[in-house]
Amino acid sequence: MSTEQTHEIRLNVNGVEHQAAVPARRLLSDALRHDLGLTGTHVGCEHGVCGACTVLVDGQPMRSCLMFAVSAAGHEITTVEGLSRPDGELGPVQQAFRECHGLQCGFCTPGFLTTITAGIAENPDPTEDEARDMVAGNLCRCTGYQNIVKAVCRAAELARSDEDGAA
Amino acid sequence: MKPAPFDYVRPGTLEEALQALAGHPEAKVLAGGQSLVPLLSMRLAAPAVLVDINDLPGLDHVRVSADGVRVGALARHAAVLRDPDVARVQPLVPLALANVAHATIRNRGTTVGSLVHADAAAEMPMVLRLLDGSLDVVGPGGRRTIPVAELYVGPLESSLHHDEIAVEAFFPALAPHTGVAFEEIARRHGDYAMCGVAAVVTVEGDRVVKASAGYLSVSDIPTVVDLTEALDGSISDASLAAAAEAALEQLDPETDIHATADYRAHLARVLTARVVTAAYENAREEKA
Amino acid sequence: MTTRMMGAKVQRVEDDRLVRGTGRYVDDVAPDALHAAVLRSPHAHARIVSIDVDAVLDVEGVHAVWTHEDLEGAMADPLPLLIPHPTLTHGRTQYALAKDEVNYVGEAIAFVVADDRYVAEDALARIVVEYELLPAVVGIEAARSGANLVHDDVPGNVAARMEQSNGDAAAAIAAAPHTLSLDLHIERSACMPMEGRGTVARWDPDQGRLQVWTSTQTSTGVRAAVAAKLGLDLGQVDVITPDVGGGFGVKIVHPWPEELLVPLAAQRLGTAVKFTEDRREHFISSAHERAQVHHVEVGFDDEGRVLGLDVRFWHDHGAYTPYGLIVPIITSTQLLGPYKPGAYHVQFDSLYTNTVIVTPYRGAGRPQGCFVMERTMDAIAAELGLDRADVRAANFIQPDEFPYDQGLIFQDGRELKYDSGDYPAMLDKIKELVDWDGFESFRAEKAAEGKRVGLGLACYVEGTGVGPYEGAHVHIETSGKVKVATGLTSQGQGHQTAFAQIVADELGVRFEDVEITTGDTRRMPYAVGTFASRAAVMSGSAIHLAAKRAKEKALRIAADALEADVDDLEIVDGVVSVKGTDSSIPLGTVAVLSNPLRYAFDEASKAATQFNVGDPTKPPVAEDDEPGLEGKDFYSPPRSTFASGMHAVIVETDVETAEIRILKYAVVHDCGHLINPMIVEGQIHGGVAQGVGGALYERMAYDESGQLLNASFMDFLMPYVTEVPTSIEIDHLETPSPLNPLGIKGAGEAGVIPGSAAFAAAIEDAERLPITAMPISPSELFALRQAHAQEPK
Repeated sequence: MSTEQTHEIRLNVNGVEHQAAVPARRLLSDALRHDLGLTGTHVGCEHGVCGACTVLVDGQPMRSCLMFAVSAAGHEITTVEGLSRPDGELGPVQQAFRECHGLQCGFCTPGFLTTITAGIAENPDPTEDEARDMVAGNLCRCTGYQNIVKAVCRAAELARSDEDGAA
Repeated sequence: MKPAPFDYVRPGTLEEALQALAGHPEAKVLAGGQSLVPLLSMRLAAPAVLVDINDLPGLDHVRVSADGVRVGALARHAAVLRDPDVARVQPLVPLALANVAHATIRNRGTTVGSLVHADAAAEMPMVLRLLDGSLDVVGPGGRRTIPVAELYVGPLESSLHHDEIAVEAFFPALAPHTGVAFEEIARRHGDYAMCGVAAVVTVEGDRVVKASAGYLSVSDIPTVVDLTEALDGSISDASLAAAAEAALEQLDPETDIHATADYRAHLARVLTARVVTAAYENAREEKA
Repeated sequence: MTTRMMGAKVQRVEDDRLVRGTGRYVDDVAPDALHAAVLRSPHAHARIVSIDVDAVLDVEGVHAVWTHEDLEGAMADPLPLLIPHPTLTHGRTQYALAKDEVNYVGEAIAFVVADDRYVAEDALARIVVEYELLPAVVGIEAARSGANLVHDDVPGNVAARMEQSNGDAAAAIAAAPHTLSLDLHIERSACMPMEGRGTVARWDPDQGRLQVWTSTQTSTGVRAAVAAKLGLDLGQVDVITPDVGGGFGVKIVHPWPEELLVPLAAQRLGTAVKFTEDRREHFISSAHERAQVHHVEVGFDDEGRVLGLDVRFWHDHGAYTPYGLIVPIITSTQLLGPYKPGAYHVQFDSLYTNTVIVTPYRGAGRPQGCFVMERTMDAIAAELGLDRADVRAANFIQPDEFPYDQGLIFQDGRELKYDSGDYPAMLDKIKELVDWDGFESFRAEKAAEGKRVGLGLACYVEGTGVGPYEGAHVHIETSGKVKVATGLTSQGQGHQTAFAQIVADELGVRFEDVEITTGDTRRMPYAVGTFASRAAVMSGSAIHLAAKRAKEKALRIAADALEADVDDLEIVDGVVSVKGTDSSIPLGTVAVLSNPLRYAFDEASKAATQFNVGDPTKPPVAEDDEPGLEGKDFYSPPRSTFASGMHAVIVETDVETAEIRILKYAVVHDCGHLINPMIVEGQIHGGVAQGVGGALYERMAYDESGQLLNASFMDFLMPYVTEVPTSIEIDHLETPSPLNPLGIKGAGEAGVIPGSAAFAAAIEDAERLPITAMPISPSELFALRQAHAQEPK
């Protein structure tokens, strides 16, 4: 069997330009984890249902297990590692998850954090129903979602107070 | 669950994309990939070549005019759903789109991709069929328009040729005095429906002059049924029941692990009544 | 004054790394590792005629391909039968790689190691196996008929038949004024943690040592199994449990084939090797649970008091029995819940089928037992026209009857003797929480809107904290930081937080100064594992005891240093002081003094050199002492401690579509003293969601040939946020356990136990037709309505 052809790609992840040589079939989730060593993005099902691997592509949540790394080249990717504040403190969604006990085993958490980051950017003051809707495509087996919904509202509150502080 | 190897091309022009397809009978087009990539990862599909069309220029449009909505091959479900003009000209499109998978999938998946995938459990092929829309495709012989009546030829099978690329779908505008409605029932929110029904109803005064409904997951190809005759001009328990029976004659619900054929048929009846009634009410408001 | 940490809603120390994406799960370690993949049987039952791996040898990037023929010694023997109960007369386990026969779709046949997982899967596709198909035994009915056998040498497919009784149930039923019989079914589900299984191993040829990271609920269990199978000394094997992405039971099973094959490959290839299970593999090769069929005979008096109860049930054990009879034994004993039947007899058959193995999933046989008992209570109430809560109350063990001996032997071989509880008080609380007495007016209100609603109640008792033991090691470092190790593992329960709370309280140190390590055999080689809601009870108690020992020593040394009496000392925020004076010494300094030194290495350690410490006429370390400020202890209880709870749910069943909506969910829970109420409530939330899944959504849909039709998250319907109750009302009752120093009982599994029972009751109440099988889908409810409508009245 011949050696598989690789593609030289540049991936912009969390504002940092990375170079990698990957076969065309390398899923973005695997490229992030194994080629770039960004293991915060988790893989829960590899068929796009669980949402653990969700990253932001140009600000929009997408399943990194349903994209090839070669297709992601040229886009701005944000992973869970990119959600902290510039000073290293937890970002609002991360902080809210900790405060509200929005995680237990933490495996699905990165996908929730990225999804909610985009969600509260679009809807900075979600109702509880809207909060539920925001995370409706992510599976969690530990928390029963109760505290995740609380964390969405708390994250929005923290992000709003950031905005107020900045204004 | 990792895809088998494939060659990958990412053409910058439609011509190059067509050439790539023409050169490889085993090639597949990759747009949003939200249905295709899982199939690849489960190795249920193993095309020799993937032609990634995401770089093709001028295909991510959602163009709304008085006659309808034109959706380019690279327009994501989310972009179509977000566009307020789409809702104004053809409200059934966003009503159905809101039920396509989950928001994250809609951010990447394309409406045209869903149409081409030709799944009778998917919302958009049924909606295109119900609205009597069309799909524009480009192939070696140039561009042609496939009327939806000729698009779906079998289970998961469209009349698109292998060497053609779908470039634009057309959803006709809502006609005057016409209302639409959509409802589906899924096991979980965001799942494929056990049954879903969309209806388009046109009125003159209080009278129904035209009514048809499209059905999800109760047939193996996207199916639309003309209910005008069965309703016989009015909305009543009896006429709605007659409409549902007329529909069921043309449907073929099947039993699977989520629902029996009987239950799906029952849902088709319940939803037909609900959705036709709602579309009728909307049509009457439209008139006012 | 340090605030008491026990009972406080302390935020978790685990979360900082987990929300930053810097947790270390097993697939995150050893980025340089080769990747393994496993060829799995596509057939439920077949003889392997031949396996041809020649085509794999050409695949570039493949380092090894093995079948059973490549295994030697103990590796070639069947996997261990972990819990060899004497009544398991026909226990069978699989091989690491199938030898001659496969017994379920998913059974491991060949093992490939390659540069990456993609290439490994390419290689699998080139292995050619010739099978001779055998008839598949799928489902309890097929297994019971015995027409086809899973294992040729197991007659009737019966792995075990077990019987227990307390009193003469048959006679009691015969003499009872009322009798009923019920047939009750529960289907298969599975733990389905978000992270599947995974194992990484690295062989260090310089030290002759194996390091294994594995996503397990028992690192010491894996260590013992790996050492035994690979022929290594225990001392050559370290097993480290990294962050684990959920377990719920499936990861207590060990060693999985890959937990042996990966270390073997690391040793043979001299490089790190990794196996990361994918989701499809998890469905078809990791364990399932729950499927049982039950027949109940019950006799009762006019008040609904159970005079005699006879339960016969059949347990679908899947293809093998590596975890013994734990699940059906738990059903057979915990079925009794908070009740005291006059006489009880239970008998079960554990049956082989050509499906994935069955081992404990959160609740572990209790959801089935609870379903059986609670359906029986509801049936009695319906038969007598009594209030369902009143019938339960009539059967409760009373608060003054503890310890209450049910007269049976529990899963751990110990007496089923409840230590504490207050069921009548709990019933009052749940009735209030769900507004039991106001429900009929709510029902009428809804009926006026054309809606159909129902209320269900289910009660359970859960034996938690089973033995044999757990241990802990507490080390107060010279920095004053406290390093604590316990051997059992964590899968998201917040042990690092809860255990640190216990240590902070006992030692009088700042919570932030305590660091807990779990599941690392280098730090604590004696441990059992995390299952049966035992971590808080077992390790929590062991940590408390070990901290106590460290404290005793600290006070003794400090008393010397401060020239004070031990009884006059206190430790607050890591400083030992003589009460009511300003004479004090930091714990870190006490640690320095505890270790007489010859060599100073910094300023602080100068104080501990031989010229500065101790009485020069005595040995620097006393005969009965040892250097260092450490405490080590083990906790080994005589038997389990029994937590309890009651759930109530209100549902609406759609009159037209038969969809089932949850309007209210209420929980009253008694796990004794709470260490961290935030964590306990989180456990309840998660359990309730799994209960909803088990009641309304999840099942393993096998076809007749043994193919699992829904081996994906598309079709195995785990609840999203949209399927769980929008709020869960929780109230606690705290009846402390007398069996352990902290008065705690387990809380991990509780939330899931009464789910199916409560939903079945609520749906039955709404629909006025008997619900005897769970889970139930709208389609099934619709079918029940149709059938019921056709029944002659």
